[in-house]
Amino acid sequence: MIATLKFTALLLAVVVCRATQDYGYKDVEEPTLGDSQYGSLWPLPQKVQMSTVAFKLSGVSFQIVDAKESSSGASCSLLQNAYRRYDEYIFPISRMQGQNKKKAFASVSELQVWITSADSECDNYPSVTSDESYKLSVDSPVAVLKAPKVWGALRGLETFSQLVYEDEYGAKSINRTEIQDFPRFTHRGLLLDSSRHFLPIKVILANLEAMAWNKFNVFHWHIVDDPSFPYMSRTFPQLSQQGAYHPYTHVYTPSDVKMIIEFARLRGIRVVSEFDTPGHTQSWGKGQKDLLTPCYSGASPSGSFGPVNPILNTTYDFMAMFFKEVSTVFPDAYIHLGGDEVDFSCWKSNPDIQKFMAQQGFGTDYSKLESFYIQRLLDIVTTTNKGYMIWQEVIDNGVKLKADTLIHVWKGNQQQYQAEMARVTASGYQALLSTPWYLNRISYGQDWQAAYKADPQDFNGTDAQKKLVVGGEACLWGEYVDATNLTPRLWPRASAVGERLWSDKDVKDTNDAYSRLIQHRCRMVQRGIPAEPLFTGYCAHEYKGV
Amino acid sequence: LARRCYKQWLWFMVLFMSFSVIYVDAVWPMPQMISSSMARYTLNPREFIFQYSSGSSAQPGCSLLDSAFERYFPLIFTDYRHDEWFRFPFTVVVHVERAECEGYPDADSSESYKLSVCSGQAALRAETVWGALRGLESFSQLVYQDDFGEYFVNETKIEDFPRFQFRGILLDTSRHYLPLHAILKTLDAMSYNKFNVFHWHIVDDPSFPYQSSTFPDLSSKGAFHPSTHVYTQIDVKRVIAHARLRGIRVLAEFDSPGHTQSWGKGQPGLLTPCYKGTVPSGTFGPVNPANSSSYQFMTRLFKEVTSVFPDSYVHLGGDEVDFTCWKSNPDVRGFMLKMGFGTDYTKLESYYMENMVNITKGLNKTAIVWQDVFDYHEKIPVDTVLHIWKGSPGQIQQELSSITLAGYRVILAAPWYINHIDYGQDWEKYYTIQPLNFTGTEQQKKLVIGGEVCMWGEYVDATNLSPRLWPRASAAGERLWSDERMTSSVIDAFPRLVDFRCRLLRRGIQAEPLFVGHCRHEYQGI
Repeated sequence: MIATLKFTALLLAVVVCRATQDYGYKDVEEPTLGDSQYGSLWPLPQKVQMSTVAFKLSGVSFQIVDAKESSSGASCSLLQNAYRRYDEYIFPISRMQGQNKKKAFASVSELQVWITSADSECDNYPSVTSDESYKLSVDSPVAVLKAPKVWGALRGLETFSQLVYEDEYGAKSINRTEIQDFPRFTHRGLLLDSSRHFLPIKVILANLEAMAWNKFNVFHWHIVDDPSFPYMSRTFPQLSQQGAYHPYTHVYTPSDVKMIIEFARLRGIRVVSEFDTPGHTQSWGKGQKDLLTPCYSGASPSGSFGPVNPILNTTYDFMAMFFKEVSTVFPDAYIHLGGDEVDFSCWKSNPDIQKFMAQQGFGTDYSKLESFYIQRLLDIVTTTNKGYMIWQEVIDNGVKLKADTLIHVWKGNQQQYQAEMARVTASGYQALLSTPWYLNRISYGQDWQAAYKADPQDFNGTDAQKKLVVGGEACLWGEYVDATNLTPRLWPRASAVGERLWSDKDVKDTNDAYSRLIQHRCRMVQRGIPAEPLFTGYCAHEYKGV
Repeated sequence: LARRCYKQWLWFMVLFMSFSVIYVDAVWPMPQMISSSMARYTLNPREFIFQYSSGSSAQPGCSLLDSAFERYFPLIFTDYRHDEWFRFPFTVVVHVERAECEGYPDADSSESYKLSVCSGQAALRAETVWGALRGLESFSQLVYQDDFGEYFVNETKIEDFPRFQFRGILLDTSRHYLPLHAILKTLDAMSYNKFNVFHWHIVDDPSFPYQSSTFPDLSSKGAFHPSTHVYTQIDVKRVIAHARLRGIRVLAEFDSPGHTQSWGKGQPGLLTPCYKGTVPSGTFGPVNPANSSSYQFMTRLFKEVTSVFPDSYVHLGGDEVDFTCWKSNPDVRGFMLKMGFGTDYTKLESYYMENMVNITKGLNKTAIVWQDVFDYHEKIPVDTVLHIWKGSPGQIQQELSSITLAGYRVILAAPWYINHIDYGQDWEKYYTIQPLNFTGTEQQKKLVIGGEVCMWGEYVDATNLSPRLWPRASAAGERLWSDERMTSSVIDAFPRLVDFRCRLLRRGIQAEPLFVGHCRHEYQGI
């Protein structure tokens, strides 16, 4: 993805600053700020009925409990943890002690969480088919959250917490509300890149937390790439020993990875790991001799290396062992295999590869060699019983793929990516869109609006084709991003993507969104995430870190 | 001691000349003259001391340097471990000609210093305590750790002084309120980059967080929140004190007559009522220049401001005045007629700014104003400083020429509007600015007293201020301090700036990365 990006970045850099003023650009269309009838809800649920009747939440007695009828109980630590988490979000200052005074006003004393299906899936990992729907009914004296599975309950708890507001005396209040909700798309992802810069565990966890607040459900972990290999492999420990920025301080140990997967699971988030090959693998070569193709300068090796060497059996032996490990470490049913941006120049320079091309009858078409590699890799991964996601190039090059493969669209301008979405779905594959959501690309002003306006089903195609669109992913590539600036750069810009992927397709009123998003970002700030401002203004509780 | 050091230095120069490996990369911004050798000395935190030289006019008790020593010890020894058992005594001997330990840095404070590092000691000589601060910063940047955590400093000689006297950073606390700790942290980072002016754009249209003792309603009605989103007098004093200890001036800006919407909330009658036809529309425009009460108010406010902020300069703003409201108001039109301004509202603005500059003069302060004031050819005292903030590169050069030709001093901010972000390595843009590249005589060039990095607040608050500011502002920092000929190459600057940003991280400044890579100690927050 990166070569293209860099080029675009250059082009952008040429666009010299316009005459500037301390007001910011006047020609940027600014949404008008009004009060949304939906308060601070984000992303907007599918059906909301809010009345003006308000109840109080007692700081002494309010609690989140399992409904008697619920199939889930005290043994479901996923929900119990979530109750505690949301209790703290609703009452950020320590709860008052003492007797519950006689109530002089209508209040909501508890939120009952009712898992309606026999199997709550409490101990499962979330999957692409997980049911995230829920119904929420807020009334006095009890509010009821009904969901078939724990995954829907998690989403409903978030929604409930977003309904709570402070009245002018600081008392926690909530309006009588009925909500029926479910996601528009099943795959709502966020990509973080831990290779170009190492991201400390803490940062990843904090962003998983923020993802849950925005109802994202896939953490796409672009864990390794050219610059560094921070994944500590049990089978091939030398990969990170040699390939990480630092063998101890800049690696993810098996227990780190486990912790991240469990933290994500507790929030209904899948962890899809990406081990991108055959390109983007410079760091792999440091710890795994002979894995990469030696490039030649004339008749002798130049000392530099290209993509994975596709002509050696040892390559596939390595990949088989490596992906066997990966498939057990990451429980998700999908692995992202990358397959993007393979540079052919090194392959072309290598005499052994030239010979192999001739033997195979590939002529000089190196995309055939790439397909050869990918085909064998897919066969290997298939034996691990995993499904796979791949970047769009793989299908562009005509590689034969399993029917359930997810094609990840990332290139081109609007017209091009829409054509690609049409092409991919026309061939019967499921598609995932990222092109308009490369959030690492920053610009001055309210660029959340552009992200908000993009729609993955916005292309020419039949209904059947549209159904093959499983969702999208916001990507935060790491060239210019590390722990110092990741969080404010991501939030609340990724929130725009979150609503597009969760809410109904007709939710697109930018003014209404602006009003809700401003409050949502202040809520994220209050919960401890440095989400940057959308425009001039303030939050009642400003960010306290630096 | 200093003399012995010097002799040793000569000896090493002879010894190492043939190697000619010069370690001059460490210090950011680049000193005017620096040379160093391969000879390196171990520093042991347990036997490291700062000391005043016997002839120094500053001696123990000089609060400014005493606290600087205290600050720089942990900056030098970033992870001080107690298990060191090697004995390597090292002394930094500081000599200051004129001790102004309790004073404030001012526009003509000398910041030059000389530093020579040799075995067991470093000699730091400066005319003023402000120069000593800059030298301490340079010394701290010369110290590095090897892979085993041991501290070293190489034999080094530095003679240094700033290219420009005014090296500022503007923060905007009106569009978003910046909590005090965010300002203090920025001051810390400024001192690491040798910036010396904090331009505090404290109030503007959206909010009035300055809590005035004379007019408390201004913040109680005009701030985002009357108690959580204000700067009390104690807060302001704390900022000024924190800045002083780092050799940084605090230049307050109370921008008028435009950019004053928030003032109107707490001071009825100050702003011009806009008219729709023959009736007031309910909205307000700039400060009403036709009322004498406006000037009485301003005199009292600036009397307070100039006593709270010790700097001898005050920023009056004067930019982007929108005339439509003035034009709509019958009283203002009547005043125009009476004054014989015709329909030229720039004359009305000139009249207002002239009054403001005179008020400032009456309070023994010098005014800094945005370039708009010059563009309207107002009659302003020749010691007024103009501040350039707009235009294409060509227009900026033109503005520099004409302002200096008219004999005014000028500060350049336009190329360093750092709130404008772009994808990629935009620090290069800030680095390659040539502030003196305009048509003019030597005399004219001297009137360019410096430059300023502006971080306007539309899209910036405490959540993203630090990574957006650093290390992008560092690029401007070097441009304003260092010799342009020694620092013209972006390619040479890149690896130095990469190292420097890791150093900033190590010191707790949330400086963002320049490109792919890593720091030994990554930022540990979120």
